[in-house]
Amino acid sequence: MAKKTTKNAGKKANAETMAAKQREISVSEFFAKNRHLLGFDNPRKALLTTVKEAVDNALDACEEAGILPDIEVRIEELTAPASANKSGKYRVTITDNGPGIVRKQIENIFGKLLYGSKFHRLKMSRGQQGIGISAAGMYGLMTTGRPMVITTRPNAKKPAHHLELAMDTSKNKPEVTVDIETDDLLLTSSGTGTRVAIELEAKYVRGKTSVEAYLEQTAIANPHAEIVFIPPDKANEDPGLEDASEESPERERGAGAGEIPEPTDTAPDGIPRTTEHADRIVYPRAVDENPPETSEIKPHPYGVELGSFLRMLKNTPEKQLAGFFKNEFCRVPPAVIKEVTAAASGKDKTITGQTYVSTINHAAAEKIYRALQDAKLRSPPTDCLAPIGVRTMLAGLLKGVKAEFYAASTRSPSVYRGNPFQIEAAIAFGGDLPADQPARVIRFANRVPLLYQQSACSAFKSVTETAWKNYGMSQPRGSAPVGPIVVMIHMASVWVPFTSESKEAIADYDEIRKEMRLALQECGRKLGTYIRRRQRMKREGQKRDVFERYIGEIAKACQAIVGADAEALYESLMRQAKRRTEIADAVLDEDGKIIGFADGNGRLDGDDGVIILDGNGNGNGGGNGNPAPSASTKEPGAPATGQEESNAKVARDSKKSVPVSNNGVVESKPTRKKKIVKKKVLKKVKRKRSPETAGAGLFEGGDK
Amino acid sequence: MAKQTTKKPASKTTKKAQSGSTATASRRPDWAKRDAKTAKSIQGLTSSIVKSAMSGDEPTVEVPTRSPANTNWDEDAGILRMGEAKQQRQLFNLGQARKFMQTLLHGQGINELIDAGKTLSLRGMYYKGLHTIQGTQTKARGSGEKTFDDQTESDGILEDIEVSLGSLREELNIYAKKRGSMVGNITIIDSGDEIDCRRMGSGGYSIPSIVEPDIIQFKKCDAKFVLHVEKDTVWGRFNEDKFWQKHNCILTEGSGQPTRGVRRLLHRFNKELGLPIYCLLDCDPWGHYIYSVIKQGSISLAFESERLAIPDAKFMGIRAKDYERCSLSDDVQIALNDRDIKRAKQIMDYPWFAENAQWKREIKKMLSNGFKMEVESLITKDISYVTETYVPERLEAEDWLE
Repeated sequence: MAKKTTKNAGKKANAETMAAKQREISVSEFFAKNRHLLGFDNPRKALLTTVKEAVDNALDACEEAGILPDIEVRIEELTAPASANKSGKYRVTITDNGPGIVRKQIENIFGKLLYGSKFHRLKMSRGQQGIGISAAGMYGLMTTGRPMVITTRPNAKKPAHHLELAMDTSKNKPEVTVDIETDDLLLTSSGTGTRVAIELEAKYVRGKTSVEAYLEQTAIANPHAEIVFIPPDKANEDPGLEDASEESPERERGAGAGEIPEPTDTAPDGIPRTTEHADRIVYPRAVDENPPETSEIKPHPYGVELGSFLRMLKNTPEKQLAGFFKNEFCRVPPAVIKEVTAAASGKDKTITGQTYVSTINHAAAEKIYRALQDAKLRSPPTDCLAPIGVRTMLAGLLKGVKAEFYAASTRSPSVYRGNPFQIEAAIAFGGDLPADQPARVIRFANRVPLLYQQSACSAFKSVTETAWKNYGMSQPRGSAPVGPIVVMIHMASVWVPFTSESKEAIADYDEIRKEMRLALQECGRKLGTYIRRRQRMKREGQKRDVFERYIGEIAKACQAIVGADAEALYESLMRQAKRRTEIADAVLDEDGKIIGFADGNGRLDGDDGVIILDGNGNGNGGGNGNPAPSASTKEPGAPATGQEESNAKVARDSKKSVPVSNNGVVESKPTRKKKIVKKKVLKKVKRKRSPETAGAGLFEGGDK
Repeated sequence: MAKQTTKKPASKTTKKAQSGSTATASRRPDWAKRDAKTAKSIQGLTSSIVKSAMSGDEPTVEVPTRSPANTNWDEDAGILRMGEAKQQRQLFNLGQARKFMQTLLHGQGINELIDAGKTLSLRGMYYKGLHTIQGTQTKARGSGEKTFDDQTESDGILEDIEVSLGSLREELNIYAKKRGSMVGNITIIDSGDEIDCRRMGSGGYSIPSIVEPDIIQFKKCDAKFVLHVEKDTVWGRFNEDKFWQKHNCILTEGSGQPTRGVRRLLHRFNKELGLPIYCLLDCDPWGHYIYSVIKQGSISLAFESERLAIPDAKFMGIRAKDYERCSLSDDVQIALNDRDIKRAKQIMDYPWFAENAQWKREIKKMLSNGFKMEVESLITKDISYVTETYVPERLEAEDWLE
């Protein structure tokens, strides 16, 4: 890409003249010209991408530092768009309570493309390429001429750094225009934090691919984060808000409570739900624990291509082949090294583990590579993955989607091209969701929502491939199911294969698609049972209606004939009718089995859900004689201590616990006042995790 | 509604007279006993329902099954009898709950009738039990659910009650619509009124639904036999020609399938007066079945066969062979349709036909003809061919089917 020839440069170009025009193109410059590759194709998307990169960074930073993220996203309209299809000027300010950034790294992180901690390692994290935030800053600089303003406080006891950062796109080098220390920044909950403000030419919209949709979905996949969003219409309206926003969202909420009427649906049932206030939208925290820290892994040979292999061979500090294999790869034990070298060298055994790396020529390297690919290797370790977890997904969905039935499932880790990955799916069904529209599919890669290119994404394809009709949904051929349903799919991997740099669609690997399908089927089966059971309850309810109608007549007739006490007779017969149709009052568990009955005071409405879960009754069971190990994440042989549940600790306190059942299904009926606690023995989701997270969870359950 | 139940039949409770209710003045004192028995069985049934309801058991009513499977052919007596099979009518069964309720409603109605010493027609009973079920009338739905959708539904329930209680319809103080006429050499007393059936003009005496001895007594009978024809048009021909005078008989018609009243009256003529019964019916499966019902009883009323069936009733015609015998024109043929053929075969398979070679031949002959004929077809020969030639010839020759 670095070659340029000019056709009218004199009569004939020779090597010399050409050489004069050949120069290095900085990455920054390249991307300035090809900004669509990074998701800055149009003003609408530019705004979204800017928010997205900043929020992703903030979440990653908070989690790495072990801080529960509090993030505020503010979008201010500086110049309104001249007309509907023109762009305006906006300022995007993202504030987090993360660990902050030490002074000397600020320029590198915000001012250089392709600088970051994430690119050179195989580790599950939100950003992968490390081009995001700096590209956003660069876009802002290019479109408005205004530098990025960064305020960060890495040390709670010291003042914050305030930097204004421009970028020299030709040199991929940051230019600091202002560098002062300030007390301006934020009293965050953690004491530390970072605020990034970028002015850019953009367009604020609502809808499927809006900032709001992105934040909403981010909140669903990251219920451990509290996100406050101040969209332009709210930010510009209330000037007095400036002060409030300086506080942490926690305080802000407390302070604002007096003036702003709280939406009524906030939490009568103790479920934290997304609420829209006059001046902001709050996506509250639903679980009180960060996702577990994931470990980095070395590449698995199956995932390495020949070119990479040659480069690794060239760059390795190891002297001998055995050391190279041992330290640069995972899953290549000595026995395999022996086997591979033997296979690569043929009969004369020219290559062994002791062979010096420097002596290996291209041909030999290729032979070794082929032998390595043919060798039977164990799958890469999967402790590098941190799925969201059944419980947390449910908490997220419960917060963001008003439905009556929720189910989730986490598959066991699997591998594509040597990269471990793990698929999770969840569905929300019924309730307020529109019944006549195709399912809403929300896709996530490493907890980041994917908003664009839905139909190119294997997650969406797997939804259309699943036979939803089996689960009582209607589904036009080759499409997503139609009905009141939200489908969530998450792929966790050390390397998510995107179809493009802008990370919008997951590429189509058979292994991935299969796992997605299986996860959806697990959820679908639960849904199917629920729907069928619901229909049956409806039928029983109708039956009871019939009996009820006739019982009155019968009682009266009996009184007329033999003088029986009509009232007593009516009562007695009604009791019997209720008993005989008690399924109408059934309370179901996640497998659709009846686990109890609503008390006979009133019958449940025949029309919809019936399932009532109580917030107070922590739902964690520990066992009331109904153990139901059912489909979910399973990693055989792992210690059964339920650590995953600990990461999914769902409640802040006992009053506000989220009614999440233990293995992946939540059913809620917020309108009912009477609630039934569903108790189940904890479904164990076993993961090897650092011990400090173990046992802390509210949901830590009994042993199996 | 909140009336006191009492077992005194003619209590002083004032009941609004329903349409069709008859006067009670002429009722005889022995009704009191019969009514007391009926009331007792209704109350017994109700009490058992109340008892099981109060003790938490499912209330049920036992209803003997009225179906071909539960109908037995009593070859010795020559009648159909109802079998032992019974059906549990349950309240807590979606398919039966409504019927259960209706059974009790009619039970209540009958109880009231007995109390008041009045009778009602089937249609009257339908209206008596008809109302909107409480709680089903909502603004949204408009009119609510009715206790009975139509009279058919109500009639079925009343038949069920008859069988379950083992009481006849007249014992329930219910009568059916009148159908059928009579004329002939007989004088009867109907509810105290003397009726000379020789002087009934062109219309004839219409046979009431209830013809039990306490309503109708035979005062003087000169007739030697009874000729029962299928339809009043044919009957009118016979009456106009004063057939009954010439041949000294009683002439009846049933307007198709004869009602229970007509059958019961024929039965009484046959049993009490020893008159032979000759039937002149169409040559089609329906005519054949009318004869079968008169002779052996019907499936749905098998429980009453003993007092309705006339095993020695005779089928005079018209016969399948009459087309040739009487050299009728082609015009009288009515082609058998699929339903006719199916029905004919069904009838042929009834055990009381299957063992009767004569009848099998007759039906087979009709099937091989491929057409049916109505009695009226004889009119093509001559207006009075049937009264002056056909029937007298058959009687003379004693040519009939049994």
